[in-house]
Amino acid sequence: MRDGTAVNAAMIGLIVNGEALQVRRGSTVAAALLNAATACRISESGEPRTAVCGMGVCFECRATVDGIAQQRTCQMECRDGMVVETQR
Amino acid sequence: MKHSFDIVVVGAGPAGLAAATAVAEAGRRVAVLDENPRVGGQIWRASLSKVARDRSKERAVARFEASGAKLFSGHQIVDGDAAGALESWVAATQSLETFSFERLILATGARERFLPFPGWTLPGVFGAGGLQALVRSGYDIRGKRVVVVGTGPLLLAVAAHLKQDGARVVLVAEQAPLSQLMQFGLSLITRPGKIVQGLSLRAQLANAQYRTGCWPVAALGDGTVTGVRLSDGSRTWTEACDLLACGFHLVPNTELATLLGCEVGDHGVVVDADQQTSVASVYCVGETTAIAGVDAALLQGRIAGLAAAGRASEARTLHMQRDAERSFGRRMDRAFALRKEMLTLAMPDTIVCRCEDVRFSQISQAAAPGNGWTNAKLQTRCGMGPCQGRICGPALNALFGWKNTSVRAPLFPLPIAALCSSPLATDDATTLVTQEN
Repeated sequence: MRDGTAVNAAMIGLIVNGEALQVRRGSTVAAALLNAATACRISESGEPRTAVCGMGVCFECRATVDGIAQQRTCQMECRDGMVVETQR
Repeated sequence: MKHSFDIVVVGAGPAGLAAATAVAEAGRRVAVLDENPRVGGQIWRASLSKVARDRSKERAVARFEASGAKLFSGHQIVDGDAAGALESWVAATQSLETFSFERLILATGARERFLPFPGWTLPGVFGAGGLQALVRSGYDIRGKRVVVVGTGPLLLAVAAHLKQDGARVVLVAEQAPLSQLMQFGLSLITRPGKIVQGLSLRAQLANAQYRTGCWPVAALGDGTVTGVRLSDGSRTWTEACDLLACGFHLVPNTELATLLGCEVGDHGVVVDADQQTSVASVYCVGETTAIAGVDAALLQGRIAGLAAAGRASEARTLHMQRDAERSFGRRMDRAFALRKEMLTLAMPDTIVCRCEDVRFSQISQAAAPGNGWTNAKLQTRCGMGPCQGRICGPALNALFGWKNTSVRAPLFPLPIAALCSSPLATDDATTLVTQEN
């Protein structure tokens, strides 16, 4: 299954780096990426980074969401069919 | 879009909600702007986790909702002018909105202080409050081994919460020595409520070790954290873990207050008895004025709300209680003061500025007499990434005493197209504008 649609009302389906992922409704994109053990972004010197502060301050959780880069994923709730990519 | 209100409150945490509720109940038109998707700020953050309901939050939110105050979630303040206008960025619509006001109440809260140590940029290393927030936002940590390190009352609260959410809390390592904490405990003898809170958190952690006088010297792992090296000054040892939560107490978010010209002291924004700042039209409440906890925040919010609505005298009965909470905060600062070992954890190749990957050796080479922060910025790009020094700034303040005094708009990065008047073409909106110095 690669269409990123929810299997039931309590869950939301999204696509993370091309793979389908189910998360609980109300989850943030940063939490979804952590559950998928996927980096949000690759740093200036090439390190994988994931969310750190969880409150929109540190900018480590920036990723590309629905084609828009530089989105702070910890401040953004998942929507059905959302497409998220690690920011390089 | 343009909005006009008598009073605008920035921040929908406990302090901001209390302020807005008091203003609205006094019959004035009030808006609350908050960057998060839901009300509550950090301590009352909306939660998917199964941790017990918080009655005081539920009461405060219900009263706020009944008060007639208008909530604007998802609004990030990027610019402002104490004479009467704020500009907010709304990511959902990719647009800027303007709010005009007669009086402004700042309740911008606090963030965690981070100190750089080897390995702290590894995935799996989080802020302590940060990890708690992410769990509340849907991060599943069941069965994960967690070590919590750093300092402050937040460590115990976070550890208890993570345990309730299914994590295996291996160790809580508090850097403050036991003697210092005992003094703090004794000073609370007149405040039994706070002692009970602490003891109940400690009891919930029955199986986890709680150790004082020890600290992290390195996070270990290749690609993700697998352990942490700890020291108590006489020996070092390794604890295996899947997640490392670290927090070195809190620092107030003073950027907006600074931009508006409010005086900021060593502990936060300077306020008078009515919570008024050095700028007459601007009030400030909660952690932004000094770290003192949720009880202080609620009282300060109500006092400022009444004062801003022209009913300062009604709030006078709350002043003594507010002052007692403030003094609790000052005692907490002393109890959890950083020991000198915390300031020498970074190795030459340790990244200090995570946005620009600037290493400690680059910064110490750039450090010169006078304003080290400006030199470091100019020579290394330290603090010039998207977080605008919000993480490395307080770290370098602790390490070298440097102060970031240059705050300018936009307070948060904006897509470049936001600065043009035409509607945004999102395809082109991905270049960020940050302050340059």
